Amino acid sequence: MGSTLPLFPEAASTQAGNVDLLYFFVVAVSAFFSVLIAALVISFAVKFRRRQPDEVGAPITGSLALELLWTIIPLMITMVLFVWGAWVFLDMARPPRGSMEIYVVGKQWMWKVQHPDGQREINELHVPAGRNIRLTIGSEDVIHSYYIPAFRQKIDAVPGKLTTMWFNATKPGEYHLFCAEYCGTKHSGMIGKIVVMEPDDFENWLSGGGGMSTSASGEKLFADLACNTCHLENSGGRGPVLGGVPGSLVQLADGSSVIADDNYLRESIMNPQAKIVAGYQPLMPTFQGLVTEEGLLQLISYIKSLPPASSQTSNGAGH
Amino acid sequence: MHAEHSTHGHDHAHNPNLQHHFMDMPHQQEASTLGMWIFLVTEVMFFGGMFLAYIVYRTWYYQGFAEASHHIDLFWGGFNTVVLICSSLTMALAVRAAQLSNRRGQIINLILTIVLGAVFLGVKGIEYAAKFRDNVVPGRNFEWHGTDAVGAQIFYSLYFMLTGLHAIHMIIGIGLMLVILWMAWRGRFDASYYGPVEISGLYWHFVDIVWIFLFPLLYLIGRHAPLTF
Amino acid sequence: MNSAHAPVASTTPPVNYLNATHGIKSWLLTKDHKRIALLYLVSITLFFGLGGLFAGLVRLELLTPQSDLLQPETYNKAFTLHGVVMVFFFLVPSIPAVLGNWLLPVMIGAKDLAFPRINLLSWYLYIIGGIMTLAAIVSGGVDTGWTFYPPYSTSSPTHVVLAGLGVFVAGFSSILTGLNFIVSVHRMRAPGLAWFRLPLFVWSHYATSLIMILGTPVVAITILLLAAERVFGLGIFDPARGGDPVLFQHLFWFYSHPAVYIMILPAMGVMSELVAAFSRKNVFGYSFVAFSSMGIAVLGFVVWGHHLFVSSQSAYMGLIFSILSMLVAIPSAVKVFNWTATLYKGSISWDAPMMYAIGFIGLFTIGGLTGVFLAVMGIDVHVHDTYFVVAHFHYIMVGGAIFGYLGGLHYWWPKITGKLYNEYWARASAFIIFVGFNLTFFPQFIVGYLGMPRRYAMYPPEFQVLNVMSTAGATVLAVGYTLPLIYFLYSLVKGAPAPANPWGAKGLEWTIPSPPPTENFLVTPVVTEPAYNYNPGREVEVAGR
Repeated sequence: MGSTLPLFPEAASTQAGNVDLLYFFVVAVSAFFSVLIAALVISFAVKFRRRQPDEVGAPITGSLALELLWTIIPLMITMVLFVWGAWVFLDMARPPRGSMEIYVVGKQWMWKVQHPDGQREINELHVPAGRNIRLTIGSEDVIHSYYIPAFRQKIDAVPGKLTTMWFNATKPGEYHLFCAEYCGTKHSGMIGKIVVMEPDDFENWLSGGGGMSTSASGEKLFADLACNTCHLENSGGRGPVLGGVPGSLVQLADGSSVIADDNYLRESIMNPQAKIVAGYQPLMPTFQGLVTEEGLLQLISYIKSLPPASSQTSNGAGH
Repeated sequence: MHAEHSTHGHDHAHNPNLQHHFMDMPHQQEASTLGMWIFLVTEVMFFGGMFLAYIVYRTWYYQGFAEASHHIDLFWGGFNTVVLICSSLTMALAVRAAQLSNRRGQIINLILTIVLGAVFLGVKGIEYAAKFRDNVVPGRNFEWHGTDAVGAQIFYSLYFMLTGLHAIHMIIGIGLMLVILWMAWRGRFDASYYGPVEISGLYWHFVDIVWIFLFPLLYLIGRHAPLTF
Repeated sequence: MNSAHAPVASTTPPVNYLNATHGIKSWLLTKDHKRIALLYLVSITLFFGLGGLFAGLVRLELLTPQSDLLQPETYNKAFTLHGVVMVFFFLVPSIPAVLGNWLLPVMIGAKDLAFPRINLLSWYLYIIGGIMTLAAIVSGGVDTGWTFYPPYSTSSPTHVVLAGLGVFVAGFSSILTGLNFIVSVHRMRAPGLAWFRLPLFVWSHYATSLIMILGTPVVAITILLLAAERVFGLGIFDPARGGDPVLFQHLFWFYSHPAVYIMILPAMGVMSELVAAFSRKNVFGYSFVAFSSMGIAVLGFVVWGHHLFVSSQSAYMGLIFSILSMLVAIPSAVKVFNWTATLYKGSISWDAPMMYAIGFIGLFTIGGLTGVFLAVMGIDVHVHDTYFVVAHFHYIMVGGAIFGYLGGLHYWWPKITGKLYNEYWARASAFIIFVGFNLTFFPQFIVGYLGMPRRYAMYPPEFQVLNVMSTAGATVLAVGYTLPLIYFLYSLVKGAPAPANPWGAKGLEWTIPSPPPTENFLVTPVVTEPAYNYNPGREVEVAGR
């Protein structure tokens, strides 16, 4: 990060190369058409410059053939760009299974990170090179955006929901982290660095600090907030059993069903009345204001760590 | 290249209401009516943004919306719907009277329209007062004793915005009608010139139609079946 | 037909719309569309200056990597107000309210727009909205960004409601202008003036007006909802109460994307006129250009979600918006090709208006193509909310819209004022503006792809050289913009009187005196020929229809 006039960002993730290749293709297409138009305009303007004051141009109205040509060719090119761009995007939007999960919470004006084993960071994110990393991101107050230019990745941190991004860092080093959604006074100070380490160095770093793992913190919260009084390990409680729920299909009281993704879990804690599980009463109070965004992520991490219930759940819906 | 054509209409005794950039009264009338229709399209888009918010939140919080809708007084809502439909009838009759050069008919029907509009607003006042009393106004004092407080509060936010904006349009409409009434009293309208009555009528009908949408969307959610909670 | 620059002695007509009546009331209570256009010209120029000052503050701060010139709050207000003033009080009204108001009735052979009093009301609403926004600025400003995203805009301690309501009122100005134009084009055309004989300037303003009436009300209600959040504590966008801040983004961009077409379509209309006049040739593919305007207006309404690719919008919705965004690029490309083809075998004169037109073609092509970059989802993730986007929209709005505005102002200045401006200074300014513009904004593409986010007062040191280049360019641009102010004002006092048709161009506006009488036409024209009829009876297709 030291040169005085960099003109192109470093590529430090497995996806960066894909994005750059696509980018260069669009640059080439754009340069081609820009130069073509500029050359035609300049050469026409010079070649056909007015020679007498009363001169008029030639009596030409148009050409259907040309209209079709310059409609269809741009259309074809843009469709190629759409498909290619969609392919790159969908790859970037879908974290691979087995990714290492790290939790991030943005708040004015800092980024707070929790590693699964409990290591916490402010404005920095240490990750091992060569592993798929999945970030689950929340916000405590306003909209922020977690942006790592070297990985060509960015996702907004939206209060009231959780968003995800993933990457696989290729080169050890330090890379810029920027907040990329205007969030108030110190928006341009809400920056940091991504520290990519060799896997061994990363293990060393992890073992250096930590404290309670994220899911252990979640377990503690689960007890402190008395969740365990309704959500028992086996069926029979006032609330559904939670083991095995994350990622499964949940049947709701109004007949519809929904996949229990992170946002479902979050909503179930913050606004439980929005979706009632079939066969249960709407008894759960809201925890809005009683648990922080970080606490929510710890609870979700804990719930994900629970083994699937061995006995049948009361709604009888097997998977 | 361009043939000459006199800009002055052939009917030299032209209507004093004719504005001179128009060729004749029918031209002016058509243009004014088209203008009002386009304005009403903009009003559709204006309310449309809130209807979009309504659709999204009703999909997410149906429970809360249904509970809150059951809580609103159906009687007053229905009453107001009848009042507005009647006011559209009297408005249409006022336009008809103008078309027939019937000054008395215009005045009576315009007064009735205004009175019915005022009744509507008065009833809305009664309803709003009840909401304040019941602490269902969104904000710090919001209390909800049903199941989905979150959905209910969003419902009431939309309720107040939608009906409030509608009420503002009613007030503007009544103001418009008072002006038209005054002009009708002065005998300004007859078969040769009734455009302003007609386009004000279009506005009034539009405000009525917005209410025809608001009534079922706000008062009649889930009324076909009792609530399960 | 009159020749350009031929030494025909012209005299200003003794009685024209400028001197037919006197006194401030005759201007402030005028119903004459031409005088209303001049009222707009003055007020828009003032707002442009104000918006430019805010831009100057931003660029000065960005000379150094540290946040060292302004307090962070002040910087945030500077870029917010630059955006609010430029978008709502300059770009949206500029061409329609100045050139459109002045020219549309003349181009359709009418004495005025359909609703002259509503036209005046439009101007007053613009002024009232402007005063409200100025009040917000003077009493401390707004720092939410021109996009007003909640939750920050709900809680920001700045004058969001006052500024928002100022924009709301100005929006009604826009709606009434659009309404007036639509009714006028439908109902006020002179005998013989069929739709496909209309100048393309009229087509593009018609398409713009459709967007104005359909889109503006949505941002109006969005602003009202935000104001209600702040004033009454409603929770429609409040995540803690079940609201969704992203809903605001959908509602906001539903207008604000079509708004950018409000800003560019009129400039494209000017382009067609300039390219035809300064090639003395029919616009190549007239009907394709006309339909492209309509196509842009329609497609422009279904692409708003490309502003939300990384906002938590679902990937599948994103895909739909991406493909539609590709489609909306096509009609713009068609127009660029048609204008280029118009130059072929034309009789081309490099007067100042044509310099702006040629600059437009190049800069709009770059701006439009960089829009395609943004529509490509895989690229947008990286460049969203960076200076790449800032560069893209400035290429379109300055390189496109402002070049169109300036080109049109120069082209029609003799008609509007009855005076000739100094052509030498005009060409020099056009060149300076072109150079300054590219120096300001091209480096921003580079620093944007490098990762520099928008709305940042401080940045990593390695971005400094590009930022300094950009600020240097902005200085040149500022000089360039000041020059027309000087020579236009000078021409009013000392300029040579303009003949009725100084450019030797086709169009109804060139058949009336410079400046014309209040009622435009002493006798209503009857139109029997197509637009841009430089070769009566001899027009051919190049390669079959």
